[in-house]
Amino acid sequence: MTQLQNFTKGFFKENPILVLVLGTCPTLATSTSVLNGMGMGIATTFVLIGSNVAISLLSGVIPDKVRIPAFVVIIASFVTIVDLLMQAFTPSLYETLGIFIPLIVVNCIILGRAEAYASKNSVLSSFIDGVGMGLGFTMALGILGAFREIVGSGAIFGHKFMQGDGVLVFILAPGAFWALGYLIALINRMKKT
Amino acid sequence: MAKTESTFKNMVLSLTLISLGASASLGFVYVMTKAPIEASILNKKLNAIRQVVPEFTNNPNEEMFRLPTGEGDSLDIYPAKKEGEIIGYAIDTYTKEGFAGNIRLIAGFRPDGTIINISVLEQKETPGLGTKMTEPGFRDQFNNKNPSEFMLKVKKDGGPVDAITAATISSRAFCDALQRAYNTIQKGGLI
Repeated sequence: MTQLQNFTKGFFKENPILVLVLGTCPTLATSTSVLNGMGMGIATTFVLIGSNVAISLLSGVIPDKVRIPAFVVIIASFVTIVDLLMQAFTPSLYETLGIFIPLIVVNCIILGRAEAYASKNSVLSSFIDGVGMGLGFTMALGILGAFREIVGSGAIFGHKFMQGDGVLVFILAPGAFWALGYLIALINRMKKT
Repeated sequence: MAKTESTFKNMVLSLTLISLGASASLGFVYVMTKAPIEASILNKKLNAIRQVVPEFTNNPNEEMFRLPTGEGDSLDIYPAKKEGEIIGYAIDTYTKEGFAGNIRLIAGFRPDGTIINISVLEQKETPGLGTKMTEPGFRDQFNNKNPSEFMLKVKKDGGPVDAITAATISSRAFCDALQRAYNTIQKGGLI
């Protein structure tokens, strides 16, 4: 696999949400609007790149039997660092995303990539894998967020284009499941043809 | 790359070293970000105070005092003065009735008890529903209302407040926090 393929696989072939269906908990919770979804995606991308690089560097010295606790410690540290840095230097962004940042630690994509990819591949490949997977995650969250914001609150990027409230159920959890389900179905249909 | 054997010694050693490295880097980032975080929290509070009371010439943060709520705790009151005369109070109030945890508001009152403006400091309500309390559409209906004649209750409970669609609990909580602020300054003899 070339590095380009390694980068692009995160968008369609192995998109973490739409194909691997990993990390759906933060996906459903944060995709209520485009900005929330993409902000969460970008914060996750940072953690994913950091943890992928650190884990691929350390994979030689971590004994197999304790690899999961070691990965979890590394991931949790990166999440806390991102949390503190955002709180200190981008307070306005932290205000909108603050409650979602600690959620990154329970995101299976990060542990999944650490276990399935970073621990078996070189530092450069793991870095590119992290960037590709992170941006693929951001893209999926952005699409889902855009759909739910347009249908659910009649707005896009926070700008209302119609009067009233829209179909409220799409802002709530059931709407998130529907939207995600149909999006996955659509991707599967596209892959068949 | 040669894998380290999973012997007891290796496992303990590698986990200890990783934890040490993690705590060292966390400690470093914590120390580095402590001052900016405190500054940004203070700044946020000052901005909120500026939003909810008319222009003042004193430093409300230095003249802050506490008043008991009568429920076993107290609220922070920031007096806003212009040339020595009190023109309003910014009250850091809270409610425990939120849909997801506590909500903290800064509410500005005139010395006659009229609400000037409200700013939401902290809330964890449902995104897209309860979070609308931070938007002017809901907040502004309280401006220039005096709780002595404007009952702080949503329409469902027989009051005049327009609740946020599909977020009645959050709207009730918002009213509860305002009521707490009003009761406290009334009991404290400020209005």
